[in-house]
Amino acid sequence: MRSIAVIAFALVAAPALAQENPVLLKAAPGLDKVEAHCASCHTLDYIAINSPFPSAVLWDAEVAKMINVFGAPIDAADAKAIAEYLKKNYGS
Amino acid sequence: MEAFMTRRRLLATAATGVSLAGTSLAAESLFGSPAAAQGLNLPANLPEGVRTQAHLGVLPGKKPLIKLTYRPPNYETPIDYLGTAITPNDAFFVRYHLADIPPVDARSWKLNVAGDGANGRLSIDLDGLKQLPATEVTAVCQCSGNRRGLFEPHVPGVEWGYGAMGCATWKGARLKDVLDKVGLKKEALEIVFDGADHGTVEKTPDFIKSIPVWKAVEDTTLIAYEMNGQPLPHWNGFPARIVVPGWTATYWVKHVTSIAVATKPFDGFWMKSAYRIPLGKFPVVSRFVSQETAADTPITDMVVNSLITSHRDGTSVRSGAPVSVDGIAWDGGFGIRTVDVSVDGGNTWKAAALGADLGKFGFRTWSYRFLPKRGVNTVMARAANVIGQTQTAELILNPAGYHHNVVQSVRLVASPGGV
Repeated sequence: MRSIAVIAFALVAAPALAQENPVLLKAAPGLDKVEAHCASCHTLDYIAINSPFPSAVLWDAEVAKMINVFGAPIDAADAKAIAEYLKKNYGS
Repeated sequence: MEAFMTRRRLLATAATGVSLAGTSLAAESLFGSPAAAQGLNLPANLPEGVRTQAHLGVLPGKKPLIKLTYRPPNYETPIDYLGTAITPNDAFFVRYHLADIPPVDARSWKLNVAGDGANGRLSIDLDGLKQLPATEVTAVCQCSGNRRGLFEPHVPGVEWGYGAMGCATWKGARLKDVLDKVGLKKEALEIVFDGADHGTVEKTPDFIKSIPVWKAVEDTTLIAYEMNGQPLPHWNGFPARIVVPGWTATYWVKHVTSIAVATKPFDGFWMKSAYRIPLGKFPVVSRFVSQETAADTPITDMVVNSLITSHRDGTSVRSGAPVSVDGIAWDGGFGIRTVDVSVDGGNTWKAAALGADLGKFGFRTWSYRFLPKRGVNTVMARAANVIGQTQTAELILNPAGYHHNVVQSVRLVASPGGV
């Protein structure tokens, strides 16, 4: 209940900036890595709207792009966990 | 599953006190998605993830727009606001690549102009910019990837429907007049723009764009500080943005703080790798020679296009009663010559009546009246411009999902009891 209360507070407080509801992705192994790494640069709705069409190859390429092109500081183990999560839950 | 359960409970909890754009998200469970609950009729061929995630959301100072992503903010204009030649500022779409978007104070804002292709350098404030001769141009600002979400097969990116565009009357100083103040060397090749926004990670390539000198010195290329008679909204580039009429919005750098005159092709990520189209696939008129490779070239002119704004696919109408199908057409700045409309799925075409001409860079409204027959009437619109370009019947595939101008089809279902 505590987390719900926190989120509900954020909903009420948010309009001073922008109305932003939490983006909740599918609960599955690897979600913790996705939330820890991806959400620092962009909200997780980027993942949801780009689904479920990507192939495994495309999700691998997207994760690699975030690291190699956009400079996301993600180590190899976490990158693999993130890619696996995306393929299993938001892939084709 | 736990995340979903949490969300359901959250929605139930929040519904009493919080509504989004006037419609409770708790209604989501009745309609299957937040968008449907809000009465948003999103195109059926968008990725399923868009149809379940997108909903009307509010940025400060804006009407509810179709929220695709919160941060960086990407919000598209609902078609309801695109039926007129001028799009209201508070309904104008919002598109950012990078999430660190500082508020810019107009009093302390400065635009610095320099570079190895300039004879001198200049720092000009907003008052200084406004003291230069003011020019107005009515021009369409359209994201290169507008309608990307309609690509089949889908391609990754922000999955826009029809509304990553708008048309406004922009007022500002000519870029040429500012460049004249520093003086261009004869070796000057490109003009490079940077805005106040940044990535949240230092290594993220800053959003920096260039255009060729020939385009920069056209009389209609502006450093705009007004939009439809008002200061630019924050989300559209306050206090000043670059306006490049005819070219896609990627070059219309918002919150512009720096202009560099370059003697070499600018090779940042957003020029060298992004916003490129394969050579030879599109009828490109404006070439950007210094950035061309053997394989691809930067996107430049918008392709000719149109949008039916009066009806959504599947709308019910009354058979035998006249219906006015209305919409807009635009192109890369050559000007719309005709809009042809078919009401029989493309078998026969007739010319629509064109509305007021706000200049060759603007939206051109059009209208076509007909008597729908009982059953399904498949309405299509096809614009052509003054140099003979027209919309395509089949999608021209390209990896980044640009230049979607496939002729649109809208089914009107007519019955004696229709409305």
